[in-house]
Amino acid sequence: MILFEDLHKAFGPKRVLDGFTLAVRDGETMVVIGYSGTGKSVAIKHVVGLLEPDAGRVAVDGQVVSELDRAQLTGLRSRIGFVFQFAALFDSMTIFDNVAFGLRRRRDLAESEIEDRVREALALVDLAGTEAGMPSELSGGMRKRVGLARAIAVRPTYMLYDEPTTGLDPVTSAVIDELMIRTREALGVTSIVITHDMRSAYSVGDRIAMLYQGRIRQVGTVAEIRDTADPVVKSFIEGRPDRSASEAATTLSAEEGIAVEGAQG
Amino acid sequence: MLAAVRFSDRPTAGPSVRLVPPPYRLTAFPPYLGPVLAVIGRQAVGTVAGFGLLGHFLADTVRAVPDLRTWGRMVVQQMRRLGVDSLPIALFISAFTGIVLALLASYVFTGAVPMYLVGTLVGKTIIMELGPVLTGLALAGRVGANIAAELGTMRVTEQVDALETLAYNPHAYLVIPRVLAGTVMFPVIVAFAMAMGLFTGWLSATTLLPVTNAEFMRGLRLFYDPFDIQFGLIKSASFGFVITLIGCFLGLATRGGAEGVGSATTRTVVYSAEMILVLDAFWAVTLLRHP
Repeated sequence: MILFEDLHKAFGPKRVLDGFTLAVRDGETMVVIGYSGTGKSVAIKHVVGLLEPDAGRVAVDGQVVSELDRAQLTGLRSRIGFVFQFAALFDSMTIFDNVAFGLRRRRDLAESEIEDRVREALALVDLAGTEAGMPSELSGGMRKRVGLARAIAVRPTYMLYDEPTTGLDPVTSAVIDELMIRTREALGVTSIVITHDMRSAYSVGDRIAMLYQGRIRQVGTVAEIRDTADPVVKSFIEGRPDRSASEAATTLSAEEGIAVEGAQG
Repeated sequence: MLAAVRFSDRPTAGPSVRLVPPPYRLTAFPPYLGPVLAVIGRQAVGTVAGFGLLGHFLADTVRAVPDLRTWGRMVVQQMRRLGVDSLPIALFISAFTGIVLALLASYVFTGAVPMYLVGTLVGKTIIMELGPVLTGLALAGRVGANIAAELGTMRVTEQVDALETLAYNPHAYLVIPRVLAGTVMFPVIVAFAMAMGLFTGWLSATTLLPVTNAEFMRGLRLFYDPFDIQFGLIKSASFGFVITLIGCFLGLATRGGAEGVGSATTRTVVYSAEMILVLDAFWAVTLLRHP
C-alpha cells in the first residue's frame, strides 16, 4: 500500500502540494489526473525518495520514505519500477544493457539469468530482437516501451508511470495502455499512473484521483469520476475550458528542477 | 553614565567655555548604495552557500566509497576516456611550450648567461610549472567540460533520476569513477607532457641555437632534484581531483534544460581554471619554501 499523508511541497514561493492525501490499495491501478504543472509528477517522485516533503509523509508498506537511510531506500527502490515521461534511457548503452541495468545491481542473478530476464521483458513489450540497438535509433513509442521493459525486468511490486502516453499518437498510446494492463496481469503490481489522457485513464485505471490546487479534489472509481457532479472535475474530464481552473493550475518553473508538464503536452 | 558627561563639565583653567558638540545626525544612504550592497551581499551568500553544497557533495561522495561493486568496474573505462584520450592535446601543448621555452631562454641569456643554462630553464620550468599548469588548464576545458555536459544532460533528461530509481547511488556510479580516474591519470598525462616538452626543448636548443647536446644535458642536470618531478606530479593530481570534482558537482546540479547544461559547462571551465591557479600558488607556498 502506498499512502500519501498531508503532503506539502513548495519550490521557492510556489506551493505545489498543499495537503495531498491519497491511499493506493494493494493490487489496484490508481490514475492521478490534473492540469499541467499541478504537481502530479512531484507527488510520485516522493514515493521513490527523489524528492523530500516539506511536511507530511509518504509511506510504502508502512515504511516512511523520508525516514529511510540509504540502504533501506535502495531496498525500497528495488521493489518499485518507475517509467519516466521521456523514458530516460541511458544514451550510451544498448537496449539490452538499459534493460539489464537494474538487474546487474542484484547479487543473486547470474549473467545467463539476466539475459533471460531481459529477453522476457522485451518480449512482454513486443520489442524482442532489438537488444543490440541503441536508444537513439528508436521512435518515441518504442523508447517508452523500452523504459517500461527496464522497469518490469526487476519484477517490482509497485509501478509508477509518469505520463506514459504523453506525446504519442492514439494508436501507440493504446499499445502502451495495453502494455500497462498486461504488466499488471503478469506481475500483479500495484500502480500509480500520472496522465492527462482521459481515454488512457478510463482504460487502465481502477480508481481515478484528481489533483487540484495541491490536494485531491475527488477520488473514485472510473464510473464515479465519469458521472461526477463536481464542476472542476467535470470540466477537466470533458476537456471544457474552465478559466478559473486553468488559472489556478500552477506552472512550475524548470529552474526548480521540475519539467514543465504543459510544455510537453 | 556617558550621557551625563558634558563637555562643559571639564575642569578648565580659564573662564568656562561651553563646548557643545554639533548636532550629528545620520544622513541617508546614497540611493545607489543599497542595490550595490545587496548585489555584493547576495554574491557573498551565494559563494558561501556554494562551498557548503560542494562540501555536502564531497561528503556524499566519500560515503559512497564502500560501494566498490558499483564504481569499481567503471574506473578503467573513465581512466581511458578522461586520461588516455586526453594525451594528444597534452602532448601538443607541451611540444610547442618546449620549443618556445628554449628559444626564450636563449633570447634572454645571450651575452650574459652561459648557454648551457637553457637546459636548466627548460627542465625546471617544464617539470615544475608549465607542464602541470598548461596541461591542467587544457584539461579543464576538455575533461571538465566533458563531465559537466554529460552529467548535466543526464540530469535534465532524468537519467540520473532513473539511476536512483534502479537502486544505484549516482555518487558511486558517476562521481567516484570520474574523480578517481582524473586524480590518477592527470599525473600520468603530465609525465608524458613533461617528457615531450623536454624533448622539443632539447631538439630546438640543439638544432636552432648554439647549444650542444652535452651543454643542454649539463644544464638540465645542474640543479636537478628528484623532488622537482614529485612537485609537478603532486600538483597534477590535485588539478585532476579538482577539475573532475567541479565537473561532477556542477553537472549534477544542472537545472533548466539546454541552457542549464551550457551554463554548467561554462562555469566548470572557469572555476576549474581559477582553482588550478589557486592550487598552483598553494603548492608553491606549501612545498617550495626554503628551509
